Parts: sequence; C-alpha cells; structure tokens
Amino acid sequence: MAEGDFEAPLLTLQKRLDEARAFPGDPAKEKEAAKLADELLKAQREIYGKLTPWQKTLVARNGNRPYTLDYVNALFTEWTEIHGDRRFGDDPALVCGFALYKERPIAVIGHQKGRDTKQKIYRNFGMPKPEGYRKAMRVMELAAKFRRPILTFIDTPGAYPGLDAEERGQAEAIAWNLREMARLQVPVIVLVTGEGGSGGALAIAVGDRVNMLEHSVYSVISPEGCASILWRDAGRASEAAAAMKITAVDLKGMGLIDDVIPEPPGGAHSDHELLFKNVDAVLDRQLEELLAQDAATLPATRYDKFRQMGRLGREFLEAPATV
Amino acid sequence: MAWFRREDASLPSGEQASRVPEGLWIKCGACKEILYRKEVIQNLSVCSKCGFHFRISARERLAMLFDGDWEEFDESLVSADPLRFRDTKAYAARLKDGKAKTQSYDALVSAIGAMEGQRLVIAAMEYGFIGGSMGVVVGEKVTRAIERALAESLPIVVVSCSGGARMMEGTLSLMQMAKISAALARLDDARLPFISLMTDPTTGGVTASYAMLGDLNVAEPGALIGFAGPRVIEQTIRQKLPEGFQRSEFLLEHGMVDIVVDRRELKKTLARSLRLLRA
Repeated sequence: MAEGDFEAPLLTLQKRLDEARAFPGDPAKEKEAAKLADELLKAQREIYGKLTPWQKTLVARNGNRPYTLDYVNALFTEWTEIHGDRRFGDDPALVCGFALYKERPIAVIGHQKGRDTKQKIYRNFGMPKPEGYRKAMRVMELAAKFRRPILTFIDTPGAYPGLDAEERGQAEAIAWNLREMARLQVPVIVLVTGEGGSGGALAIAVGDRVNMLEHSVYSVISPEGCASILWRDAGRASEAAAAMKITAVDLKGMGLIDDVIPEPPGGAHSDHELLFKNVDAVLDRQLEELLAQDAATLPATRYDKFRQMGRLGREFLEAPATV
Repeated sequence: MAWFRREDASLPSGEQASRVPEGLWIKCGACKEILYRKEVIQNLSVCSKCGFHFRISARERLAMLFDGDWEEFDESLVSADPLRFRDTKAYAARLKDGKAKTQSYDALVSAIGAMEGQRLVIAAMEYGFIGGSMGVVVGEKVTRAIERALAESLPIVVVSCSGGARMMEGTLSLMQMAKISAALARLDDARLPFISLMTDPTTGGVTASYAMLGDLNVAEPGALIGFAGPRVIEQTIRQKLPEGFQRSEFLLEHGMVDIVVDRRELKKTLARSLRLLRA
C-alpha cells in the first residue's frame, strides 16, 4: 500500500458502519453496527498509532480537520470578528477577534483555510499577506491594552510567496510581529492545529505556551520544498519530512513545545467533539496558570523560554580552541 | 599559465558569479569588463567600471568596517547536528566542508571593535558556509552579540548575507528567528542603536527576523532582498518577475530600506548614522 493511502481501509469500514446504522431498530443490523464500530476503532488505533511523519503531514492537511473558526464556534461565545490592518486592507487568511472563553474575555487570532474551492481561494489557502500579520499585531496590541489574554491557532502552509506580498513587505511584517510578541504583557497561548508552516506560522506563535495537536506538524520549510532543494526532487517529501523531525512528539522532545494534545483515535477530523474537549482541557489549565502570574513578568519568562531553544547542550558544542 | 581563466558556461551558479574569482585578471559578472584582480580587491571588491558589488567574506567585511584590530568572540561554537540530518550528503560533512572553506565553525563571525572611533559590536554572516544559512549556532551567536551590546551599552551592526533558515536543523532553525527578535526587543527597550546591513543575498527567515528590524535598514546596491525566493514566487504566480524585483532599489522604493549605499561609502555612512542616533 502506498504511504499516502493509509485512510482507505478506515473509509471502507466507516461506510459499512454507516450502512449498518441506517436501520435503527433492526437487532441484527444493530449488532453488526456495534461489531463494525469496534473494528473501526481498532483499525483507527492501529493505523493512527504509527503514522509516519509524512502521513502526519497529510493528516495535518486533511480538509475535514477543524479550522480556527470551528474552534471559535465550539469553545467561545460572543465572537466578534474584526477586520483590517488600518494601512492597506483586510486579510481573510488570518482571522482576528474578541470572544468569551468560559466567561473570560479573550483575543483570538488564527489562520483560516477554506473547505470548498471558492472558500479556499477567498482564504488564499490559509496563506496570509503582510496586511494579515499587521492586522494580527494590531489586535494583539489591543489585547495588551485591554489586558485580554491571546489565543492563537496555527494552520498555514506558510506566508504567501507572491509578488504583492513582497512589495508590501512580507518579511518586515513577520519580523515586526516576532519582536513585538516577545514583549506583550498579556498571556499568549499558541496551538498548532494543522500545518505550522515556517515564518508564516511563527509570526503569530511567539507564546508563553506553545502546544501542538498530536498529528500536526511544525517545520522550517514544507517537506516538498525541502526535498526539491536538497534532493532536487519534490517527490522525496516523505524522506524530507522524516529528516526534519517535524512531528509534535519530536518537537516536544527537543523542548520547542509545551504540550502535545491527543487527537481522537481516527485523527482530529474523525471526531471534532472529542478533539474540542481535549483542547479545552489544556487551554483552560494553561490560561489559569498564566493568569496567576504577574502580567508584567510575562515578557521575561517568555524571553527565557525562547532563549533556551537551541541551547539544551545538545544542539551545539564548544569546539576545542584550535580554530 | 593562461592570462584569462576559461569561462565555464556550465557553472554560472550564484556563488561563482558573485565572488571575486581567482586569477590575475578577472571578468566582472555584470558588465563583463576584464579587470585586474588586485585593483578590484583594493576597490573593496567593487567593479571600477560598473559598480557591481562582488560578494565578500565575513572577515573581509569586518576588516572594511573596523578601524583596526577587532576581537572575535564566540568563535568556537559549533553545531552538534541535532537532527543527525542527511540529504544527498551528511550534514556533518557539510559542516566540515564549510569550516575548511571559511575558517569558521558556522555562518557568522561576531566581533567587537571600533568604527571611526566608536566602539561597537558587528556580527557578519558568512555566505561561504552552507549559503550563510541560519541554524542554532548562528541564532545563538547573533543573540549573544546582541546581549553583549546590551551588557556593554554598545550599538550593533548585523551584516546579513544568507539564503535563510537552515533546513538541516529543522524547526530549531525556525525558532532562532523568535529568539533573536526577542533579544532585539530588549535592545530596543534599552535604546541602543541597531543597524541592519543587507547584502546580496538576504532572503527567507533572516529577512523575516533581524534583517528587517534595524532602527536603520541599510542595503548595498543591487542586493537580492526578500522573503520568498524569486523562483518560488514565479512558481506561485506563474509569470516572470519584473526586472529589478526584490533588489535593494526596489525595497527602497517600497519603503522597506532606509538607505542604499555603495560599499565604498559604507563605513562613513554607518559611522555617521550611529553618531546621529546614539544617546
């Protein structure tokens, strides 16, 4: 079986299960459905328990995974989206707003992808332009001003690599956010939900807590991009995905993220409700922890957190003094 | 011995075309003029006919900017190959090659010294070391250079010359962008000047972090400066890019760069700017 076809047996089982469930009240069918449900769960655990890094990349890109606005609907109330960077325009690839999370007012920022073709184009496949990052910064500054904790949801192939984005300073917009997020005096919690695509992800991901869903990925370049540069063959993306160590467990091991949030047995797309429950538990706990900390000290602890990345005593050594 | 080096048509890769080639006489990569190599070097590796700026090494850069001697620091940090990365070649071997080629353990040289009498820190990137890419060691060294400037209340100049973040250290490389930018926030709070000098090329994660965060962003003429590389953009929009796109002058016109300055005026311009900014 090709590496990318891992979902096929699950889809077959799911279809049979749906058929069996189409006859409520029929004891034979109910019995069959129960058996099939068991089988499906077993198969899900089996397959999702040992996904390769490239398979995880495909899961992270699955179009039925929840996107930022799905989290907003499930976890928050009184959502009020706000638009525009006050300089150039709005960017539908990055949504920002305020809402209540368990009665607490918060700011929400996240990449937004579309599901059908029209929506995908409208959301630019979740690839923000400079105005998106500048809008996000404006909202983060508002959040700091009104002392609202910030939750960000990361799911982007990367910042948009287009002519107009370059003209308007894509690099500057990202860089500015990295510096300013470092000194925000409000809690910032980051959740990588799907693709953590390089600088385009990091530009809203400098947080006090950085979490990843179990099958999400976070990388410096896409596996295809890496493979086409280093192997001169984008077809070797699977090797690149493995070599770059982009999975949640790998990054947790390197000390780059705080929590790996478990996904349902068949992945986030198989059971949104269960996923939201898992996410809720972590966000709620972390928000409590951070709100207990004096807000003025947050930039210092955030600095130390990122300062340690790449100095665990393993990533570099002091060479003997014989240059 | 031949007077002219044979031009090998199959080798016009970025580096060959941009660095001053070996040989007694050389050909300018831009105007094709035949030049006496010694004269080009004396002219700070700028073509005397058309003003083309050849790419130079980190130490040539430091020699050009500091008044006299300078003190290098953190020169012994070396990557431990945290991912045990291997593509067509082992990363460990690439590191070794880079060291042999540049006499540095990684793609950045940090130094402290004086420029027109003003003490300052300069960190210069070394393109000859894996394309000047930024991994953990570059991230750590830039951060330490900023922290040293903070500790001694000095201005800092970072000279970028880089293809971006280093793939062979994966997400660890990416996080260096956040780490360095956070250090720059502290420098900003301390009101110490930071000048970012962008040279050919400055792209990817380097541009999208410290290179764009200068109190002044200064660029050498004709340098490629951008976030995405030109090839990636062409693939995205499926058209040829306009002439001069992502060059220093383009960035000046679009408000991303403060000054485009000829290398022969560079030291004077940087020193004057620092005098005008310093508290």
